[in-house]
Amino acid sequence: MTETLSAPTRRRAVITGIGAVAPNGFDTGEYWDALMQGRSGIARMTRFDPAQYPAKLAGEVADYDVRAHIPGRLVPQTDQATRLALIATDAAVGDSGLDLGSIAGEQVGIVTGISAGGLEYSQRELEKLWSLGGEHVSAYLSFSWFYAVNTGQISIRHGLQGPGGVLTGPTAGLDSIAQARRYVSDGLSVVMCGATESTLCPLGWVIEETTGRMSTVGDPARAYLPFDTAACGYLPGEGGAMLIVEESGHARDRGVRPYGEIAGYATTFDPRPGSGREPGLRRAIELALSDAELHPADVGVVFADAAGVAELDRAEAAAITAVFGPHGVPVTAPKTMTGRLYSGSPALDVATAALSMRHGFIPPMVNVTDPVPADQLDLVLAEPRQTSLSTAVVLARGGGINSALVVTA
Amino acid sequence: MSRRVAITGIGVRAPGGANAKEFWDLISSGTPAIRTITLFEASAFRSRVAGECDFDPATEGFSVQEIRRMDRSAQLAVAATREAVADADLDITTIDPYRTGATIGSAIGGTMSLDREYNVLSDGGRKWLLDHEYAIPHLFNYLVPTSIAADVAREVGAEGPVSLVSTGCTAGIESVSHAARLIREGSADVMLAGGTDAPVSPVCVASFDAIKATTPRNDDPLTASRPFDATRNGFVLAEGSAMLVLEEWDHARARGAHIYAEIGGWGVRANAFHMTGLRPEGTEMATAIEVALRMANRAPEEVDYVNAHGSSTKQNDRHETDAFKRSLGDHAFTTPVSSIKSMIGHSLGAIGSIEIAACALAIEAGLIPPTANLHESDPDLGLDYVPQRARPAELRTVLKVGSGFGGFQSAMVLTDGTGDD
Repeated sequence: MTETLSAPTRRRAVITGIGAVAPNGFDTGEYWDALMQGRSGIARMTRFDPAQYPAKLAGEVADYDVRAHIPGRLVPQTDQATRLALIATDAAVGDSGLDLGSIAGEQVGIVTGISAGGLEYSQRELEKLWSLGGEHVSAYLSFSWFYAVNTGQISIRHGLQGPGGVLTGPTAGLDSIAQARRYVSDGLSVVMCGATESTLCPLGWVIEETTGRMSTVGDPARAYLPFDTAACGYLPGEGGAMLIVEESGHARDRGVRPYGEIAGYATTFDPRPGSGREPGLRRAIELALSDAELHPADVGVVFADAAGVAELDRAEAAAITAVFGPHGVPVTAPKTMTGRLYSGSPALDVATAALSMRHGFIPPMVNVTDPVPADQLDLVLAEPRQTSLSTAVVLARGGGINSALVVTA
Repeated sequence: MSRRVAITGIGVRAPGGANAKEFWDLISSGTPAIRTITLFEASAFRSRVAGECDFDPATEGFSVQEIRRMDRSAQLAVAATREAVADADLDITTIDPYRTGATIGSAIGGTMSLDREYNVLSDGGRKWLLDHEYAIPHLFNYLVPTSIAADVAREVGAEGPVSLVSTGCTAGIESVSHAARLIREGSADVMLAGGTDAPVSPVCVASFDAIKATTPRNDDPLTASRPFDATRNGFVLAEGSAMLVLEEWDHARARGAHIYAEIGGWGVRANAFHMTGLRPEGTEMATAIEVALRMANRAPEEVDYVNAHGSSTKQNDRHETDAFKRSLGDHAFTTPVSSIKSMIGHSLGAIGSIEIAACALAIEAGLIPPTANLHESDPDLGLDYVPQRARPAELRTVLKVGSGFGGFQSAMVLTDGTGDD
């Protein structure tokens, strides 16, 4: 199957633009500064009064002037999740220095990940439907809620006429970036990819409560503690990141230094419950490294999924240890400062990995103070760790799916 | 030698068709299966007709617990999966789980269940702060549609790539393209690929009413969906699922599997125009068609049949007709084009997969399913839309297209699998 004689030159996908929007930083610079200072965006929910619910903390993106960031026409037809996607995309395009007007629309693709769609928008419309009747439902509902909304709105706003895609679920932030790499390999010059999410409305809250995994601890510094002996569940947040992924030659020709390359990827599914078979995460990491033609020893940091639930943390620690050995690689989870952003988190983690390589620092997983000794992980706690990084692995899990993505400098 | 993709199994749950055979009998006989909505009390809505499945999860073998945990869309997909696996004569205990995956397309996932449960949590829409004491524990599955793909994967024990693709009304094509892509690139040898949606619920009916996208022709449901007819006035909402077993060609041959058709190529383009509107010239769909044909190594003149999106809206049917003329040139005027949505309606993210199943069955049978309810040709269109009655034809190259909210334009080329080597 391996073609050695006439293998064509592989078209490589590099990251040339980052647009992060997070609870602890409205733009990429502010977010990175927050990570370096260990500043968290977790606080008591303000979007609605959480008093009646068991969980009360969340990572909210700070209030912003919507009309300063979103064209007036789009304001009545977009949910927060989509507004954050548009804001992050604008920032990523700006960061890349791309002049989209000089590239044929068909050469630019778009693929986003999403888990919940425009949820607050839909709660509002459901309220009208059930309290007032169907004729009161907004003319925008049919396309403001559905999962394809961010890809559609971004493609319209930036005139993208290349392939458009939408992947769903908690790993979709990674899967969408991997799909962008496929698009580049197929011949596209530029692909916008990533995920932003917001479920911070009562409907999202109640839905998440049913997972039984939301933390009910009231102290923001003690509520979300992955890999800690005091692990007690996770906190939700909103935001994510959009990236500009570009064919390496295209980036080189315009004199741009990439953040890094999307070098490897794999996704696996867990065996049926009760089968006694090993969960799929270890295999996802190994397949992604193999795809990148790298060895575990080449990896300088792992961005963990970090569920914050003891059983899930243990399974992740076992997979990381199986691949890299005990204390074999620095492991971090800056999402202790943002909460879990659904599809947004893995996309933000890829952005963070790229920034870590650029700056030579691994951001910490603040608040974790008492790691589970049996996990045998080299956790980056409390303070950023200065190091020269050439390879990062980002992990994401959810609903039985395990994805791993390798970024190289 | 590049890897090729074979369709070796088909399972369908569609209006008027409780399995693939019934589905084919229905559409090849030109029989519409649209009716007045029975799934909920719809008398207050503008559009009150739909393509509903006579689908009883208990009869299909789902447990009481599964029926509660899984949205109707997930039930339809798992039922179709069981049929597809049996049809492919695939022994899931002997295939490599690591090399087996699942991709499902769905536009709206578990919305029907969310709609129902929202009503409970909000006490009939009276409370913005919902009461979590009334939450059933499966809400997360309803919200995150990837749970449907997970249900399908667990059904067959797949441990390879699993995902849910959600490009709106083209998701049923995009999920099959994605699965074919994964087989071609070597990430899997067997993929369960298809689409599912169950949108016949108040919130979906209301959302399409609000933009007058669905037909108000409530008095005669059987003729409500009339693609390419001059009197068409909106699509008919429907539910359903189709699941396909896709296999790497040599994998299928090695186990002596029956091959319905080959997935030759695919293409997708965004129109970057409007969330619900279409550019009149059909440029982006034409490009998607050209890309798909090129990948399949087929010339436009080789297309024997076009299975259209044919949603029965004024705008769509004109848009794609323009796209066919643009991409196929003069050949478009002599190529049969038909829309099975005339019989089973538009099941959003499912319909693309159901139509791909129809294409595979049409290749197998040498018969083009017709466009029902087409009596009065629209002078603005002018192609051969195969009205009323199925037409025998040797089908070696079939084009399937789809179009959806968000600006997605998709194309896929299926071939009879001969003549490539």
